[in-house]
Amino acid sequence: MTAATGAEVFVARDLGPAPERQVAKDILKRGALVLPVALLVGLLGWGPSGAASVGYAAALVLANFWVAARLLGWAARISYGLLMGVALFGFLVRMALIAVAVLAVKDQAWVEPVPLAVTLVVTHLGLLFWETRFVSASLAFPGLKPSLQES
Amino acid sequence: MSALVLAEISDKGIAALTYGLGAIGPGIGIGYLVGQSVQAMARQPEAAGMVRTTMFLGIAFVEALALIGFVVFFLGQ
Repeated sequence: MTAATGAEVFVARDLGPAPERQVAKDILKRGALVLPVALLVGLLGWGPSGAASVGYAAALVLANFWVAARLLGWAARISYGLLMGVALFGFLVRMALIAVAVLAVKDQAWVEPVPLAVTLVVTHLGLLFWETRFVSASLAFPGLKPSLQES
Repeated sequence: MSALVLAEISDKGIAALTYGLGAIGPGIGIGYLVGQSVQAMARQPEAAGMVRTTMFLGIAFVEALALIGFVVFFLGQ
């Protein structure tokens, strides 16, 4: 492949493997590992409704990562121009969907606002930092991620 | 003379407005980030995988700012 110039940039595309999907898969695996602990914390702190809120928020965060990865991977195969559009509008749409998903349930009896809100931020950032640690140890490509024996 | 109220913003309205303002920063950040990433991929197609990985993580980190804004709005209601 040669470097694209000028308007070619927007019609250029990447037909290689989608690293976003690999990153999202890693994040989902780690999320599944952390989820029981988070549910337990919610249960001990706020009772069954706390656990339900934590589960709901964690599911939202993981679904957000998965949808973002799928959308970006799909767009990059079509063109970099579409990738830009999908990244920007995808951000708006996903934030709106999260807002709707949270506001739709906020008055339900099984929802505790504090664990729901805290889980949204902590899970998102925690899983990201965890993944970044691995990616940065492997020249920013998850396929080169060091194995457990090497790290 | 009685006061004439032309427009009134409730507390909820202010919270929503603040969240909207808070989402502008991440929007600019993602636009800049993706623009630079596309430029990097166009200049160096062989590094596209690496750039896309970093871009994805960057987008997610910037998104966290908007998420924090939403959480503050949600808790402030």
